[in-house]
Amino acid sequence: MNLLDVEDLWVKFPTNTGVFDAVRGISFSLGRERLGIVGESGSGKSMTGRAILKLIRPPGWIEAKRIDLQGQPLLNASEKEMRSVRGSRISMVMQDPKFSLNPVMTVGDQIIEAYRLHEKATHRTARTRAIEMLEAVSIRDPERVMRAYPHEVSGGMGQRIMIAMMMIPNPEILIADEPTSALDVSVQGQVLNIMDRLVQDRGMGLIFISHDLNLVAEFCDRVLIMYAGRIVEVCDADKLHDASHPYTQGLLNSLPRLDAPKTRLEALVRDPEWRQQPSVSGLL
Amino acid sequence: MKSLSVRNLNVWFGEDRNRVDAVRAASFDVPSGGSFGLVGESGSGKSTILRAITGLVPTWSGEIEIDGAHVAHKRGREFYKLVQMVFQDPYASLHPRHSVDHVLSETLHLHGFQDIDTRVNNLLDDVGLGRSFRFRYPHQLSGGQRQRVAIARALAPEPEILLLDEPTSALDVSVQAEILNLLSDLRAEHKLTFVMVSHDLSVVGHMCDSVAVMRDGEIVEILSVEKMRRMEPDSAYTKHLLDVSLNYASAQA
Repeated sequence: MNLLDVEDLWVKFPTNTGVFDAVRGISFSLGRERLGIVGESGSGKSMTGRAILKLIRPPGWIEAKRIDLQGQPLLNASEKEMRSVRGSRISMVMQDPKFSLNPVMTVGDQIIEAYRLHEKATHRTARTRAIEMLEAVSIRDPERVMRAYPHEVSGGMGQRIMIAMMMIPNPEILIADEPTSALDVSVQGQVLNIMDRLVQDRGMGLIFISHDLNLVAEFCDRVLIMYAGRIVEVCDADKLHDASHPYTQGLLNSLPRLDAPKTRLEALVRDPEWRQQPSVSGLL
Repeated sequence: MKSLSVRNLNVWFGEDRNRVDAVRAASFDVPSGGSFGLVGESGSGKSTILRAITGLVPTWSGEIEIDGAHVAHKRGREFYKLVQMVFQDPYASLHPRHSVDHVLSETLHLHGFQDIDTRVNNLLDDVGLGRSFRFRYPHQLSGGQRQRVAIARALAPEPEILLLDEPTSALDVSVQAEILNLLSDLRAEHKLTFVMVSHDLSVVGHMCDSVAVMRDGEIVEILSVEKMRRMEPDSAYTKHLLDVSLNYASAQA
């Protein structure tokens, strides 16, 4: 059985000029795999991630034929039921650690709090586990980081702290929304390795939302390419560079390359027709 | 045209057991009209160097010189006429309740310009936004447009040195291409000197002439971009950085 099935998902927001569709009828499923969602900002990829957890705040709303977590329908689940899903069954690592960590609590206190919410443990064991977890995400001086406030750690460290916290309850699905875009390549590699290991070891499903095509091509198994709220192309990650859609090609060509210097980069030219094309299904 | 020279720069935060030496004995030179890159992992001190140069960090020691003139800890208006900075996150660096017009005209006013109206329009044209954007607020702009406003604000005092702290890392790849093209054009047009911080080696490779590789607050190596492209760095750490970043690029070929 698939971990997650989403069919005909719409995310809508009312505006002064009528209803704006951020996501326009997309369908996909997630097995025990690493599924990448790529696209520019505004393409609806983050909204898709949030819609799965039903984290779209009013006045926005969700419409779908179904959102099933291992056969269990989430679409009509109550807020209370959703709270038991969020965090413990589907976890989410957000884009920016600056906004997802509490600025007035030390990092240590936050991890300990998260740990003790999900497991019965004394403060002392929670503290030991917290330090272990910081080490597991390759933080060098965990004792100092435990005492630090979020503004005192770098972005890369903040993101690793978030991943450590999200992994505590052993979720079945991890939604990572641009988890590494604030990080540099070498740390990016480490964070990806950590996530990869967790996915492999625990048989988790991973939804990896990113605008970095190279990263997704390298890291994921399957990729959905989104444009203007629709999926324009679905392909195997290792075949991303042979992608046929002009939008995907345009994104690939706009990247600077170390091995092929050029004086000007190619800017993407958008074809209004791309908006009208029907959404490609990502169902398994 | 001015050149920038940094000698033996140390920057630290906190004290006693929480003291962090963010930058240790960093030295480098940027020739007039040059474009210099700083790369390294997060926490390696690359942004801190820019912040120390521009006066956002009070706790530094060493020597910063602009065209041979010593820069004191307290900086005057003349300094900011020469050196301006563009920050990483255009979502955080623009005041949410100030319109584009307000942001630019305030900067121009502070620098004592009289013909503010024409200058605002020229700045907007310079960064490719056009005058229709003049009375918009940041929330009415996309990330790329915001970064253009931030660049326009940095250009307002007609500086000669532009410090760029990861100017495109918050942007999409397609928008990144536009902003990098814009920066190259502006550099040629206004004969600017760039110091650019980035964690993306291919961006630095595209924009800069020479690159300093940083690790744990120290400059490991300064090398030319040609040397970097040929994959012939002297230090093992630079080699490692190149390897990890090319791993992602190689999938492209």
